[in-house]
Amino acid sequence: MSRIAARFESLRSQGRKALIPYVTAGDPEPANTVPLMHELVEAGADILELGVPFSDPMADGPVIQQACERALKHHVSLRGVLGMVREFRRDNTTTPVVLMGYLNPVEIMGYETFAREAAEAGVDGLLTVDLPPEEGGDLVQTLSANGIDPIFLLAPTSHEARIKAICGAASGFVYYVSLKGVTGAASLDVDAVAEKLSLIRQHTDLPVGVGFGISDASTAACVARVADAVVVGSALVKLLAANTQDLPAGRAAVASLLGEMRQAMDASQQA
Amino acid sequence: MSTVSKPQQTPDWRAFPDARGHFGPYGGQFVSETLMEPLEELREAYQRYLKDPEFLAELDRDLAQYVGRPSPLYLAERLTRELGGARVYLKREDLNHTGAHKVNNTIGQALLAKRMGKTRIIAETGAGQHGVATATVAARLGLECVVYMGADDIQRQSPNVYRMRLLGARVVPVSSGSRTLKDALNEAMRDWVTNVDNTFYIIGTVAGPHPYPAMVRDFQSVIGREARAQYLEATGELPDALVACVGGGSNAIGLFHPFLNDADVAMYGVEAAGDGIETGRHSAPLCAGKPGVLHGNRTYLMEDVDGQITETHSVSAGLDYPGVGPEHAWLKDVGRVQYVSVTDDEALSAFHRLTRTEGIIPALETSHAIAQVIKLAPQVRADGGIIVNLSGRGDKDINTVARMEGIEL
Repeated sequence: MSRIAARFESLRSQGRKALIPYVTAGDPEPANTVPLMHELVEAGADILELGVPFSDPMADGPVIQQACERALKHHVSLRGVLGMVREFRRDNTTTPVVLMGYLNPVEIMGYETFAREAAEAGVDGLLTVDLPPEEGGDLVQTLSANGIDPIFLLAPTSHEARIKAICGAASGFVYYVSLKGVTGAASLDVDAVAEKLSLIRQHTDLPVGVGFGISDASTAACVARVADAVVVGSALVKLLAANTQDLPAGRAAVASLLGEMRQAMDASQQA
Repeated sequence: MSTVSKPQQTPDWRAFPDARGHFGPYGGQFVSETLMEPLEELREAYQRYLKDPEFLAELDRDLAQYVGRPSPLYLAERLTRELGGARVYLKREDLNHTGAHKVNNTIGQALLAKRMGKTRIIAETGAGQHGVATATVAARLGLECVVYMGADDIQRQSPNVYRMRLLGARVVPVSSGSRTLKDALNEAMRDWVTNVDNTFYIIGTVAGPHPYPAMVRDFQSVIGREARAQYLEATGELPDALVACVGGGSNAIGLFHPFLNDADVAMYGVEAAGDGIETGRHSAPLCAGKPGVLHGNRTYLMEDVDGQITETHSVSAGLDYPGVGPEHAWLKDVGRVQYVSVTDDEALSAFHRLTRTEGIIPALETSHAIAQVIKLAPQVRADGGIIVNLSGRGDKDINTVARMEGIEL
């Protein structure tokens, strides 16, 4: 069983929901990322989502755009990100790591080379935001052959036929984008999310994660009541941005917010 | 003259893209999931209205009465004599309302927006020509208009910024990334994904996700349809060659597309070599880039070994873009169109040459095409002919030219 499937199964048996923090690899500098990944796990992360910096992050709001720019000042490449995952795996062999980014760096590296090296490094899933399943056939096949889950997005605009097709192509989990907008946008509407999730669940048994617009513990807890996983990104990246001169303080602030979310989510499941 | 070897069985070059927007390996729809349904709605509407007689009648009426079409096909006699080769014909898109070919497309897309019940228009712009053409049609149709423009371009192109504001558009500076056209496009995409219910995104070139490359081409193909008929009427034959500049490539595809199946007509797309291809400071993805995925489609890009998009350079802001329309990428690979490049200096020299010989001040973008004609005309048979797309007028560029020549205006 893949690390992602094993993690969701173990959470289900405990009656808990997954907390998935996103950070951009190499933000604000490359040496910060591996220590941060470990601290995220200690603060309660179940799966890590590691952003691959890209020069043109079209689906991201200003917070993650600037994180990409900070990382790219240090020339953090896709290969560099795989190096970070490899280093993380020396001390952690159980927490799943999903890479999130845009297609072009993967395309330039070559699907085969990427899938092989990513699998070797210990990557468990890949989410390319600008790759809908219609265009993703070759990559999905290559990833699956190397034991990497292709993670796909679903959106408020996805009609039922698309939901069905996307769920068919996805593995690991599916990621529901809670609102029309970019990452870090204003708050989401939990009722609307719940309604869409019930439609999605008619078409898949995969766990469903929800992201975009979750910035505090109480929203995380609300979403955790209806979703299998809560993804939080910009709210954490903002704290890194505020502490670029003091990296340990930045990591501590991120861990503290993530810890609050963990507590609120677990408390709401028990209630 | 024909530099294209005739295939055994002429393929139908005009039958592309396929149903999902692919030109061979290029094109497609590389966008986040949220935009997939809106793109499908757009594709459906565009394909329906392009067959709707009422829509087409309204489009034709606007192109005639508002844009001023058909634009003349003008025989540049003095330039022809000086070059000592084929006759040079200028397709005068510079005479369109707003001074460039851009309006052919914004008129079409704005009519589509109105039919689709959208109340808000957004656009990206580099030099400001597409922004002005969009703000113009939005003003005419009474639609809210927001134009995204790189913060650096706003500095460089202040007259066009003021023009857009006069027309009632809100011009939003984009300070992310390289602060130029590609970043404006990113920001327009972000706006669209956020306001997709009431907003129509008018892309200005033949790039972006399907159906944009095909749709913009179809709206711009009026250039080639007119030019083909005008040339036939004037000479009784087809031209030997077509020449157009290529940034994203909308004026070039507009001229080329109706001629693609005329196997004896050679075609030249002219990219911006900037300081010279060998310096790396250029905007010539077809001549010196490699395939990748950006802004919703697979095409040739300027990118580094890690797949990051690199900064571009050209004296002409309208050619200063790291990608190119996917149909051009495909036409390059299959060899139907030849893509060449022209440096800033060559373009500047052509700018002066056309101005002095014909009394027509071309845009700096267009000057790249003129520079290629200057090289090409002497090689073409003397009783032959070349059509060059005079895609825009150069009034907007006189400050740039003066500055480059150390003249204070």
